[in-house]
Amino acid sequence: MDTALLSVEAVSVVLPTPRGPLKAVDAVDLSLAPGRTLGVVGESGCGKTMLSRAILQLLPKRAKLDGRVMFNGRDLAALQPEALRRLRGPELAVVFQDPMTSLNPVLTIGTQLVETMQAHLGLDSAAAAKRGAELLAEVGIPAPEQRLRQYPHQLSGGMRQRVAIAIALSCEPKLLIADEPTTALDVTVQAQILDLLAREQRRRHMAMIIITHDLGVVAGRTDEVAVMYAGRVVERAPTPQLFAHMRMPYTEALLAAIPKLDAPPHTTLPAIAGRPPDPTRPLPGCSFAPRCRYADDRCQGAKPPLADPERAGALYACWHPL
Amino acid sequence: MTALLSIENLTVEYAIGGKTLSAVSGVSLQVGRGETLGLVGESGCGKSTLGRAVLQLRRPTAGKVTFDGTELTGIDGEAMRRMRRRLQLIFQDPIASLNPRRCVGDIVAEPLIIAGIKDKAERAARVREVLTAVGLDADLVTGRLPHEFSGGQCQRISIARALILEPQFVICDEPVSALDVSIRAQILNLLEDMKRRYGLTLLFIAHDLAVVKAVSDRIAVMYLGKLCEVAPSEQLFRRPAHPYTALLLEAIPVPDPTVRPAANLVVGEPPSPLDPPSGCRFRTRCPRADARCASEVPKLREINAGQFVACHHPLTN
Repeated sequence: MDTALLSVEAVSVVLPTPRGPLKAVDAVDLSLAPGRTLGVVGESGCGKTMLSRAILQLLPKRAKLDGRVMFNGRDLAALQPEALRRLRGPELAVVFQDPMTSLNPVLTIGTQLVETMQAHLGLDSAAAAKRGAELLAEVGIPAPEQRLRQYPHQLSGGMRQRVAIAIALSCEPKLLIADEPTTALDVTVQAQILDLLAREQRRRHMAMIIITHDLGVVAGRTDEVAVMYAGRVVERAPTPQLFAHMRMPYTEALLAAIPKLDAPPHTTLPAIAGRPPDPTRPLPGCSFAPRCRYADDRCQGAKPPLADPERAGALYACWHPL
Repeated sequence: MTALLSIENLTVEYAIGGKTLSAVSGVSLQVGRGETLGLVGESGCGKSTLGRAVLQLRRPTAGKVTFDGTELTGIDGEAMRRMRRRLQLIFQDPIASLNPRRCVGDIVAEPLIIAGIKDKAERAARVREVLTAVGLDADLVTGRLPHEFSGGQCQRISIARALILEPQFVICDEPVSALDVSIRAQILNLLEDMKRRYGLTLLFIAHDLAVVKAVSDRIAVMYLGKLCEVAPSEQLFRRPAHPYTALLLEAIPVPDPTVRPAANLVVGEPPSPLDPPSGCRFRTRCPRADARCASEVPKLREINAGQFVACHHPLTN
């Protein structure tokens, strides 16, 4: 494996709330090599988006970050705002869930695409406009020259997400973070956008993190998967290994709760009882223990570390692995 | 199976900026007593409008809706209001569909008040019964406000409100698409339980085919206001006849890395419903389209027992 492009070391994010401090991300370690794709999977409130914000240094002002985010040998958490600004675009880029709110509604597609390239690549306006049209064509937008003059509301949701991807790719980033890039889209458009991201990732040898709640999205399109629950990574393994042998009961339950296409109608789904714990009231033991059918006293009392006791390349945080 | 609900040639149009948008055009469907009919399609295909038109929340431009022998499209507002005791609706966003300023007990009791049940003790008893049925602790929840609950719990409250008048027919409009996977399974199981317990007939509207299959006896697929295919769920999944159905099935991300995602299986996005293509509305994205598809609107016809398809070149041929 190549040396890591990104390494997240013991990152925690704490947000102050009226109910007390909320630990959104709890001591997460991750690493990603150039050209590799990592899927981060979890349900709402598990901390996956806060983790991506911590990597991008886009946390809310009142959030407190601990740990290091090493990117290409530099600790992003220690960089000055100006140095960070220069990194975003040519090094780090992001595609958000909702392309309507991530694009500026009062600027044309062209302005938004071109301003990024002018700022970071020093292109003059004619060269940037030409490159903008090429980029739109690359992400599968027909009649790109006309689209440059249009506003976001004149485009469909899928087209807007293609524009957001074109902007993210415009400065040839080394790492692209896609935060629920297809959740707001229809299923046929979702498939196209995921194909597009995978194609561009391979072509550019770019590292990519796909953040999603859908195990189906990561299964066919990532090299490695990290499953998050209540702020922690609870299982991390190469994708084929994870799906072949899930060790953490939460991952297994999450997969089982997805309706199977080959199951007959009216099959009772193995639902996970209860819901995640209140993040302002952390549990002393395993956060999943109250919902886990294998849980015992040990799980209630002590937090299992994320480890690879069998040295099989698969990490999990569980006292009673499957 | 006798039809509890029968929709004939239903058309719903909206006037938008001097143009006419046919959200639903000429749809005919029947839902049998005790059946769950799934209605699938992408955003803007008209599936929610169809659900609303059935309940007369949006009066159809043309066509008939008959419920248990009564033609809903012909009756006046007062008669429809009485009819609504028997037809209920569950919405997508469980938090937005509950009044944030009213306590859960009042929200769930409201349909009883509208239905004229004046005895307070009786109302309280029925609220307690239905909250218990949907898996909530009535003592703990009745006095609290919606914001104190999670999305899954709010959806349970919405379901309790829809069931308190013991309706015969419930339209579920994307009831689980705002919920997390683990909570979604709980709510789908609850809907199945409630269906058995109250003997319900359901119209289950969703964009997710896997979710729809989990609860539906038959599935209807809609595209740009028209039905493409109607078939028993198993048949639809095993042998889809309409190219659009096949496309929807292939596009579902499968949580199994040994199943490679079908590459480049579809081009483009649905055209604007303001300016639908001539002939078959799917033809602009269909790999099988030819000149006939542009000139002639395909009729919904039965190609196998119970399987209807509106296509000139169905896949099973």
